Amino acid sequence: MPTASPAVEIDGLVMAYGDQVAVDGLSLTVARGTITAVLGPNGAGKTTTLETCEGYRVPQRGTVRVLGLDPQRDRAALLPRIGVMLQAGGAWSGVRAMEMLEHMASLHAHPLDTAVLAERLGLGDCGRTPYRRLSGGQKQRLGLAIALVGRPELVFVDEPTAGMDPQARRTTWELLEEVRRDGVTVVLTTHHMDEAERLADHIHIIDRGTVITSGTPAELTRGGRSATIRLVVNRPFPEGAPESLRTDLGPETEVRQIDEVSMLIHGPADSATLGLVSRWCEEHDVLPQTLNLGQRTLEDVFLELTGRELAS
Amino acid sequence: MSADSPAPLGAAPDTAPRAFAPDPGGAPLGRMVRAQARMESRLMLRNGEQLLLAVVIPVIVLVGGVAGADRIGIDLQGHRPVDILTPGVLALAVMSTAFTSVAIATGFERRYGVIKLLGSSPLPRHGLLLGKVLALLNVVALQLVVLAGVGLGLGWDPSGAAPASSVLGAVLAIALGTAAFAALGLFVAGALRAEATLALANLVYLLLMAGGGVVLPTSTYGAASSVIQWLPSAALGEAMRTALVDATIDGRSLLVLAAWAVLGTVLTARTFRWE
Repeated sequence: MPTASPAVEIDGLVMAYGDQVAVDGLSLTVARGTITAVLGPNGAGKTTTLETCEGYRVPQRGTVRVLGLDPQRDRAALLPRIGVMLQAGGAWSGVRAMEMLEHMASLHAHPLDTAVLAERLGLGDCGRTPYRRLSGGQKQRLGLAIALVGRPELVFVDEPTAGMDPQARRTTWELLEEVRRDGVTVVLTTHHMDEAERLADHIHIIDRGTVITSGTPAELTRGGRSATIRLVVNRPFPEGAPESLRTDLGPETEVRQIDEVSMLIHGPADSATLGLVSRWCEEHDVLPQTLNLGQRTLEDVFLELTGRELAS
Repeated sequence: MSADSPAPLGAAPDTAPRAFAPDPGGAPLGRMVRAQARMESRLMLRNGEQLLLAVVIPVIVLVGGVAGADRIGIDLQGHRPVDILTPGVLALAVMSTAFTSVAIATGFERRYGVIKLLGSSPLPRHGLLLGKVLALLNVVALQLVVLAGVGLGLGWDPSGAAPASSVLGAVLAIALGTAAFAALGLFVAGALRAEATLALANLVYLLLMAGGGVVLPTSTYGAASSVIQWLPSAALGEAMRTALVDATIDGRSLLVLAAWAVLGTVLTARTFRWE
């Protein structure tokens, strides 16, 4: 694969609807042959950014290049080379699943074998089912099949596993990894940290229309100033335990009681904190059975940067 | 990038076949347009409500009209009811598909994101429009065959005075009528929400069928005929009747249809949003 230009290059993108700013000076790059996740809460500007790359929206400010092309000016040259999975819909209500896939295949020069693709995505059983009667997960899998059927160089998948059961999510992740192995670049949006952590080579965390941090999952979760400590004790905490623990640990710490014997403590990732927790247990006559400094998650990264939780 | 080009050496360390190896490209335009036309015709014919509109209602109007014409006592100026009603019902069929079916189908395609998804495929917008026109002509042709067959079965005897004029007049009327109603249908579908389009397209169809001079000659509407004759429905109905009853070409009605086609196209071009 030529690697001269990045798969996607966005520089200073601004998009507003009325006086609502959806994307606010966003810049990011997607390297070819990677799975790149655009992670952020609902309403962060993920879909708008994707739709600008797909040629649906004209950038109000800034530049967007996809496979080195301008999605507006070079639309006709670009579209055959990309695959798009919309967040929802995209098919006639009365069309049968396989009929839809075959139709989309017929618009391409060298499509994948639709029967094999449908089998891989577990659509074999619902091939003759009208679109309106497919389950949410089946619609998602059909959408993914449609994005891949034209053998694109680059696929954009918007919330690919929304509405899927755990089994289907895993199958979808494995498929996307295979797609990357075969040389396809994957750009996915998600608000699931586990999805980004498991799949992505590179993650852009976006919030309020701009990239707040980027890196590999390891880079993002390495070090940092805070972590989550899990504390499980041998007998129920006394009344008012979370407040008392917070007073001891200081204002930078959050304490959340999970049940009567366990708490999550989010605060500075150092042994001083562990020492304070341990001393607090001693003073309150409870014995720690588990006291561990959890690995920093993307959730921690997001919380640290924005002061808000990512989970929707 | 062809299907035969070997995988780049060293790209995949394992020897597993690269099932998803990129090999992008759009199909030739003609193939895409034909595929789109086939798909849309199939969906139109599969849809029960649209079939009702396209064939069942026109057949009922034709059979019922021929059977009941004597009792209603409408003055057909000496012509047999079946000879007047068949061209009118053919016009009605064109109107039902070109206007109502196109408006409703396109309205829901926008709503369901079909047009959006196709917008990211290699099929260009003009290809999609061409596909729609071909699908529409397919369905209209089928309707005309069925309805003309029913008419002939009921004893329809189109004027044989000047077959060339009859055929030319009817073809022009159908072509211009299809263009005018499809442009108006797309205008409605592009400007309103899908539900509003559904309601309005059906309402307009019913109103025009009852009082739009399409099935019955405008002359039977009395004083109202001076207004009705400018409607696209009446122009299409009159053009069809003139061609098939009198074997002449109704230039005035064809001009009215052409004017509606231009108006509809301009309105659609100004307001239509694909999403």
